[in-house]
Amino acid sequence: MTGLAFLIPIALLMGAAGLAAFFWAMRDGQYEDMDGAAARILIDDEQDAS
Amino acid sequence: MNIAAPAITHETDALLKGTRFTVPGMRCAGCIAKIERELPKLNGVVAARVNFSAKRVAVEHDPAVTEANLTEALLKLGFEAQPIEANPLGVETQERKTLVRALGVAGFGMMNIMLLSVSIWSGAEGATRELFHWLSALIAMPVIAYSGRPFFSSAWMALKYRRTNMDVPISIGVILATALSLYETITGGGHAYFESAVMLLFFLLAGRALDAEMRTRTRAGIGALLGRMGKSASVVGPDGTTTRMAAGDLEPGMLVLVAAGEALAADGEVEDGTSTIDNSMLTGESTPEPVGPRSKVHAGAINLGAPFRMRLTRTADDTALAEIARLMDEAGQSRSHYVRIADRASRAYAPAVHTLAALAFVGWMIAGAGWHQSLVIAIAVLIITCPCAMGLAVPTAQVVASGALLKRGLLVKDGSALERLAETDVALFDKTGTLTLGEPRADISGLDAEARSVALGLAQASRHPLSRGLAESLRREGVEAAAVQGVEEISGQGLSGTWNGLHVALERPDSHSADLATRLRIGDAVETITFSDPLRPDAAETIAAMRSLGIEASILSGDRSEAVEAAAQALGMQARAQVSPQAKLAALEELRSSGKRPLMVGDGLNDGPALAAAHASIAPGTASDASQQAADAVFIGDRLMPVALAIRVARRTMQIVRQNFVFAIGYNVLAVPLALFGYVTPLIAAIAMSVSSLVVVANSLRLAGSAKEPFA
Repeated sequence: MTGLAFLIPIALLMGAAGLAAFFWAMRDGQYEDMDGAAARILIDDEQDAS
Repeated sequence: MNIAAPAITHETDALLKGTRFTVPGMRCAGCIAKIERELPKLNGVVAARVNFSAKRVAVEHDPAVTEANLTEALLKLGFEAQPIEANPLGVETQERKTLVRALGVAGFGMMNIMLLSVSIWSGAEGATRELFHWLSALIAMPVIAYSGRPFFSSAWMALKYRRTNMDVPISIGVILATALSLYETITGGGHAYFESAVMLLFFLLAGRALDAEMRTRTRAGIGALLGRMGKSASVVGPDGTTTRMAAGDLEPGMLVLVAAGEALAADGEVEDGTSTIDNSMLTGESTPEPVGPRSKVHAGAINLGAPFRMRLTRTADDTALAEIARLMDEAGQSRSHYVRIADRASRAYAPAVHTLAALAFVGWMIAGAGWHQSLVIAIAVLIITCPCAMGLAVPTAQVVASGALLKRGLLVKDGSALERLAETDVALFDKTGTLTLGEPRADISGLDAEARSVALGLAQASRHPLSRGLAESLRREGVEAAAVQGVEEISGQGLSGTWNGLHVALERPDSHSADLATRLRIGDAVETITFSDPLRPDAAETIAAMRSLGIEASILSGDRSEAVEAAAQALGMQARAQVSPQAKLAALEELRSSGKRPLMVGDGLNDGPALAAAHASIAPGTASDASQQAADAVFIGDRLMPVALAIRVARRTMQIVRQNFVFAIGYNVLAVPLALFGYVTPLIAAIAMSVSSLVVVANSLRLAGSAKEPFA
């Protein structure tokens, strides 16, 4: 039973961390251009292009 | 063409300007790389960032670089671009974001409550169970309050106007389930339905979010194509100075200077200067019209030649353009009465479910089960019949279908459009710009390589539709432009310049034949280039495909009889020529009143009222703003086939939606007796809900390939 006192808060915190990460990603605009992200990986980096 | 821009001395962010462009032509990773790499090489441009999903480019640049410079630069990279409003974040995006956030919160709540519920189901007893119920309640209450808002507010709105929609039974079910669970928790009872309530919200929000996603995605694509009308004008004051005024502030009697390439913001009469104007926005016909002193010109026309001055006669809401807009508004009213299938279903469903729950309560009371048990059973009935699978039945199918169509070049505005497209049984096509490409294409087969590059060198310097058509045809063949010096355009005469010391020109041909043509002169050699507005490459195929779907198509055009007749014969269709916008509207009303459900396909502003009045309508991506807004769907590119595909996919979508409904209702028919006799525990409710939702989603996914199969 005492294990629950640790495990439940840990589970809740992890869930909340995931939710916070999701909100951050949304505000950061990571869901704005999903097709673009898929296509960008195919672009070759040329010369000094970052 | 040099882009005139002063070199930046200091890159101060405060001085930079951001401009957004819509670039519908981006199709691959190479396009992103090309734009992001090449545009900043331009003097004065700091950065360019592509949003591939929305087909937009955001450019950060020195204020000295104008929108026209950037459009020109993008065109040289091979992309047609249009500047758009600075702040495109509309209500739609906001709505989508709210829904996705609510979905995230519901997902978080569902997972954590499920964690606790699984322990209860596997036999937690006494104090542990009570603790877990309390924890569930603590998580569930705020989650339901936050994630349930979209449903509660929509249900409240419906009830306020004494109507019912899908959200009413959902809200009642969720609120009652939560209230009962809370009561059970406080009194230390055995069954709490928190996980069912949150799971229900999660699945329904998933459906809503998908629906909103579909709308924003296609609206972004369509919004990207909008925004070409004249919104301001240069008014010439009595002292000769010009001031820029918004279209709404213009008054009759003002003298306005119209620069080359500018769109007219009001109707008027030319005072001095001669030019040619592109009236395609108003008439749908692409042939440029010459104008001189005392010619009448209309708002929406584009000045292609030299600058001229005009005296305004009708402004703001009096213009011919505004008149058409008003017709469209009125014609669109009839469509707003259309009731979507989900709402039609809920009108029958909600009263049935609520009556059943009430009967269960009364029945058990009469049987002497006591208040508490009767109420628990009534609420179990509501939970088990909560239209979870029904809420997903329509949006999942429509989202998958519209995604499939999007890949084939057709943007469907919303689910209601798909529903109406599926019901159409007769089609009317405009000719110019719909069955045909709507832009003059040059016949360049008679030119050698040298002539081609000179022609491109000249043609790319002009905005005249013929020059643009010629440049387009040449670029398509991969021609490199020759360096023609001192290119000069004389309105109504043509373009001239020098190349390798020779006088070169694109001039008006001497003979006045009916066909559009231009003459290319290189030194003493001359070559005539003719233009035509060809039918779309797959027009005949599309008409045949429509016929195989049982839809008879005919032409309804404002163009000359001979031109319409030729197209009608080539495609084997019935045709009516020289039809005014009012007559087009009348023709549609007539079809509607005879019980038909017409599909209108058209592009010009003259088609606008007809597009708005039709049962469903489709416009090409090159159509005027107003027409695209009036249409239910927009297709992009040279091919007409997306029109036939749209109807086939829409019909299949409705078939899948009906299957989903049959399944959802069938599941209820099986589950309700269990609930009525009090056998439903929270575990059974949770399993039943997820299984039915997953089956509906899986069934909808079958539509993914529906736009790929060719027509038999």
